[in-house]
Amino acid sequence: MTIETGTKVRAPSVRTGRYGRPRPAWLGTWPMVPILLFLSGAFLYPVAQLLWLSLSGGSGHLTTEHYQRLFRVPVYFTVLRNTLAIAGWTTLLCIIGGYPIAYLLATTTERTRNSLILWVLLPFWTSFLVRTFAWIVLLGRHGAVNGFLETLGLTQAPLELLFNMTGVMIGMVHALMPLAVLAMLSVMETIDRNLMPAASTLGARRGQAFWRIYFPLSLPGVAAAGLLVFITALGFFITPALLGSPRQTMITQVVIQQVEEMLNYPFAGAISMLLLAAALLVFYLYDRALGMTTLAGGAAQEQGGADEPGPLARAFAAIGGKLTAILGRASDGIAILWERLAGGSAALAPRTSGRIVLRLAVALLLIFLAAPSFFIVPVSFTTDAFIEWPPRLGTLKWYGAILEHPTWITAITRSLAVGAMTAALAMCLGAPAAFFLTRARFPGKTASLAFILTPLIVPRIIIAVALFYFFARLGLIGSLLGLVLGHTVLALPYVVITVMAVLKNYDRRLDQAAASLGASPSCVLWHVTVPLIRSGLIAAFLFAFVTSFDELTIALFISAGVATTLPKQMWDDAILKVSPTLAAISTLLLVFVTFVILVAEYFQRQADKRA
Amino acid sequence: MRQPKLRTRNLRKTYGPVVALSGASFEVEEGEFLTLLGPSGSGKTTMLMMIAGLVRPDSGEVWIDGHLATYAPPHRRDIGMVFQNYALFPHLSVFENIAFPLRMRGMNETDIRREVAGALDLVQLPEVGNRLPRALSGGQQQRIALARCIVYRPSIVLMDEPLGALDRKLRDQMKLEIKRLHTELGITVLYVTHDQEEAMVMSDRVCLLNDSRIEQIGTPADLYFLPRSTFVADFIGESNLLSVTVASVDGSDVMLNAAAGVLLKARLDAGRSLRIGEAMKLMVRPEMLRVLEADANADNILEARLSDVILVGGVTKTYARLADGVLVSATGLTCGPPCTIEKNASIRLGWTKENGVLLPQPESAV
Repeated sequence: MTIETGTKVRAPSVRTGRYGRPRPAWLGTWPMVPILLFLSGAFLYPVAQLLWLSLSGGSGHLTTEHYQRLFRVPVYFTVLRNTLAIAGWTTLLCIIGGYPIAYLLATTTERTRNSLILWVLLPFWTSFLVRTFAWIVLLGRHGAVNGFLETLGLTQAPLELLFNMTGVMIGMVHALMPLAVLAMLSVMETIDRNLMPAASTLGARRGQAFWRIYFPLSLPGVAAAGLLVFITALGFFITPALLGSPRQTMITQVVIQQVEEMLNYPFAGAISMLLLAAALLVFYLYDRALGMTTLAGGAAQEQGGADEPGPLARAFAAIGGKLTAILGRASDGIAILWERLAGGSAALAPRTSGRIVLRLAVALLLIFLAAPSFFIVPVSFTTDAFIEWPPRLGTLKWYGAILEHPTWITAITRSLAVGAMTAALAMCLGAPAAFFLTRARFPGKTASLAFILTPLIVPRIIIAVALFYFFARLGLIGSLLGLVLGHTVLALPYVVITVMAVLKNYDRRLDQAAASLGASPSCVLWHVTVPLIRSGLIAAFLFAFVTSFDELTIALFISAGVATTLPKQMWDDAILKVSPTLAAISTLLLVFVTFVILVAEYFQRQADKRA
Repeated sequence: MRQPKLRTRNLRKTYGPVVALSGASFEVEEGEFLTLLGPSGSGKTTMLMMIAGLVRPDSGEVWIDGHLATYAPPHRRDIGMVFQNYALFPHLSVFENIAFPLRMRGMNETDIRREVAGALDLVQLPEVGNRLPRALSGGQQQRIALARCIVYRPSIVLMDEPLGALDRKLRDQMKLEIKRLHTELGITVLYVTHDQEEAMVMSDRVCLLNDSRIEQIGTPADLYFLPRSTFVADFIGESNLLSVTVASVDGSDVMLNAAAGVLLKARLDAGRSLRIGEAMKLMVRPEMLRVLEADANADNILEARLSDVILVGGVTKTYARLADGVLVSATGLTCGPPCTIEKNASIRLGWTKENGVLLPQPESAV
């Protein structure tokens, strides 16, 4: 088809002179400015201030007395030791339990993975509070687990599963295993699927192929999972407070106590800084050993570095090689024995027993992860005045109680408002930065990204205490704005990561095509880019919303009993007594958050499909 | 009777409603280089994976070295496989990669060192043992994958499009390299590719697959000169396909009616019979088709109008349109000054009756 001369298209005007010189490079960095300013003001400065506070004495001189006190007073030292022990055990159990799940997800078909991963994501996003209440229902003296065991006749007297170390471990492993699975999965997904078949054509049995090839390649993921779980566990307080006894007190609980009861900010600051130092030390060791890129899901093999391994690396490789060889032999021994017992020949289709055992184990683990939250649902309909299993069903009075109580209604509306405002602010700050980080090359890019992601890694209690002290001077305590600012710090990493992930799959040639067809940069953005990544942007918004909606630590300090959010109200109630009202509100929360996450997941998948 | 190195019988595989391979049988002799050739989705990789033991067939049998191995696990089959992306273990040095199959077979350390050094020499990369795979170029990684595969002298070496990731020049080089290793070591190779040139250069025999079936097995020359279907004629090299109907059969001579009332001659292979009036295709390779001088003669002559002459380099391609609109091409060596015939000028194309191949009408075509 030819364009007739009559409908000649107007040529875009090019003013000469203006295009003779390139635009100064610093002008292009504007998308990074708001987010960096915000994080400097609402995150970096308060934390630095807290550090300063922890080092200053009553008259403003430098002192280490607050730090000395931590080690001098035996109670605090015991808490410190407890915290490390609990975090350590949690990490170990999360990795042992999470590895099979991640392995199955990484090696199965894409369809199976998409449907299974929801069972990991759902508990990942379900409120810590709801999940902890669920364990109270399950593990109590008259809880579901004890009831089940007695019905089977396995136990005569109820087991003590709650308010001790067992309860804390179950609760914490349950809370953090999804994080471990996702961290390991991100590395395992980059392992070439042909390697295991290649090893088996070269003569390796499944055991040998796994231990010699797959396992060493997945180690960076294991390390990343360990790191994230350990650091998150260090800052926990919900689980030990509700499922443990005073003997399982963790360091964060001491911080809360110091701020709320003793008003001793310098000492709280000192504990926070010690926690931060511990987190940074773990990170430093991790970086030295494996490099940070593995944390962001990069494969170990893609890292730069020497072509030939150094002497130390070779020594490690030699030891590791021996160890994996022994493990391989051992597991193959079992396989050979099994084959002898079960028979089988080249002419018959074999029974893939190994895979079935794996599937069974993963099914049990996924039930452990996803099922407990649902036990809260029937309890919310109980006619009893307290939580017991099995509940006597048949009343809606606990839901009625929520509606009658203005505190619940205001808390819910406030949480919704704070969540929506947080998500909006986080999108405004985070989305431009995500664009820039994906597309531009500039010095300090990695450092900027690391800075933006820091709130994800720094224990929340530190941010909370720092903001509390900072906002107190600005008069923001108990205000909606204070909550929004605090939650935005936490939501930003999620927004940036989600939008970056969508943009990575985006074909930039579409933008270039639009530009060559005469669209200005803003037209390109509005008419081409945004419509194509809309689903990803919606998903990012919803993730930010849920982060805020579910947040307790910062709300605990900033709301100050005035601007109470829903999780804060639940916490206050739970400290007094875990009642069926909490079960009812948890049920509502469970349904709502599940709905939001499913919607977010749906949009993210739409985004993946389009890209 | 000599034992075939590899034998498959009626191998069949479906993925849900999709048939990946329907009943394929063939044999590979010891020391033979057989290529599975076909367009993507024709079932060639499925076939290779079933022979390697990485995909389980729905039915059928695989025999390796006279042993039934249909459901044997890969590590028991004594096969070697070169993967498309090489599948070198990224965390192991080149030496350890090549030593891997030997360690799996429990060989002692001194023998391993000797064998790995030998394999590295064979692929002409003796210096790289201590490096990690990622430090090597694509071509070098390819050689290491080959070394890892032949170091333990497997019964059969399977290769799944091993040259797919290399650029053209390197690919040509590696083709000859693989051919050299094949002759030097006398190994049996089963090779998968969609590139017909690769198949022609390297193979003793080619097995052409189409639409999850084996279309034809034979030497490259067989497939080129004696295709058994229009698909084979079209896939291997270039071809002119003329619609004809059988007019008469006299011994091995056949007379055919072509479009516009032209009568053509062809030869019939022994053992084949034709019905009078049967619709068929007559295939003539472009290089068998000559542009005739004014006074020259041939067994078969077609009138056509010249549509284009393209100088490709060593050869010149002449495109012409027949009276019924069919475009045919004739390829001849480039010689003398450029052609001076004008476009749309009338020319005559001719060929001898031995150079036409009669093919059955393709099922899908009307």
